[in-house]
Amino acid sequence: MNEIENRNPDPLTKNVIFMSAIDDVINATRANSVWPLTFGLACCAIEMMATGAAKYDLDRFGSGPFRGTPRQSDLMIVAGTVTHKMAPRVKRLYDQMPEPKYVIAMGGCVIRGGPYVKHGYHVVKGVDLLIPVDVYIPGCPPRPEALLEGLFKVQKLMKREKILDRTRRTTKPEVYQPV
Amino acid sequence: MARLEIGQIIAVIKEKLPEAVVEEILDGVDPFVVVKAEQWGETAQLCRDDSRLGFDLLSCISGVDYPEREEGPEIEVIYHLDSTVNHHGITIKVKLPRSDPRVASVEEIWRTADWHERETYDLVGVIFEGHHNLVRILCAEDWVGHPLRKDYEPPDSFHGIKNVIY
Repeated sequence: MNEIENRNPDPLTKNVIFMSAIDDVINATRANSVWPLTFGLACCAIEMMATGAAKYDLDRFGSGPFRGTPRQSDLMIVAGTVTHKMAPRVKRLYDQMPEPKYVIAMGGCVIRGGPYVKHGYHVVKGVDLLIPVDVYIPGCPPRPEALLEGLFKVQKLMKREKILDRTRRTTKPEVYQPV
Repeated sequence: MARLEIGQIIAVIKEKLPEAVVEEILDGVDPFVVVKAEQWGETAQLCRDDSRLGFDLLSCISGVDYPEREEGPEIEVIYHLDSTVNHHGITIKVKLPRSDPRVASVEEIWRTADWHERETYDLVGVIFEGHHNLVRILCAEDWVGHPLRKDYEPPDSFHGIKNVIY
């Protein structure tokens, strides 16, 4: 009997050793404490705020502390129209986030330009021209339930992560270099 | 002072600057006068400083592109003035040649004009002479062209980002 076992007074768990794949442990912690970046570009951000507020309550699902800096975030919810003027800023925020990082494209504008697809000279026709996107949520804007569903999809992706596999991020080439 | 009807407002302007008003259209929903571009600076000063007019609020500046006018291609700049003291308002238009649209800045008269003139410059391309910082306000700093001109063609790509999907 070593020192640790002596300190445990519970006879049932006294001699039990808990074993699990390290991936599962890390992924479970990661998927249940998703920290999104505080980041809203247009009207979709209103729905994102509603998702975080009391009625839809993002915190129930192991997410919610919207961080004020990309360095503390692992999820970027691109909520709203990405303009050409904003594009370098979005790209820079994404680059500042630590790996592994995930991106949700929320709403029609972010997916393919939405209503601006033909005549919107100032709109980037899809944020995936700038940064790799994991989950697309259509809608104009999507309802909070849709954003929650998108978050679950991201959590599923997180649970598939392998700690030694660093290739998933690099499958999509960087297409855009800001000036 | 008292509230003036549109005709009385025009009369006050004509009294001080007889040459300035070149056209009056008073039968529409939004009656307006057209002021000579060269005299717009003086007219604006008069509109604010004359106590009978008392236009202390510049509500809006707009620019409209008319490439196919009979008089030749024109750009109109439209000023909506209001008086919070006398409770009346007026719409003033200034017509500029499309090839070289230049008009005096009224930024010194109404501070509101600062950003409004920058927006009109950005989207329609009107040069406001005397503005202290006439740079783009909405489009990216190095954007080419003025998007709300009728003959504007958007770029195929901007800084390597494809702009045309279909």
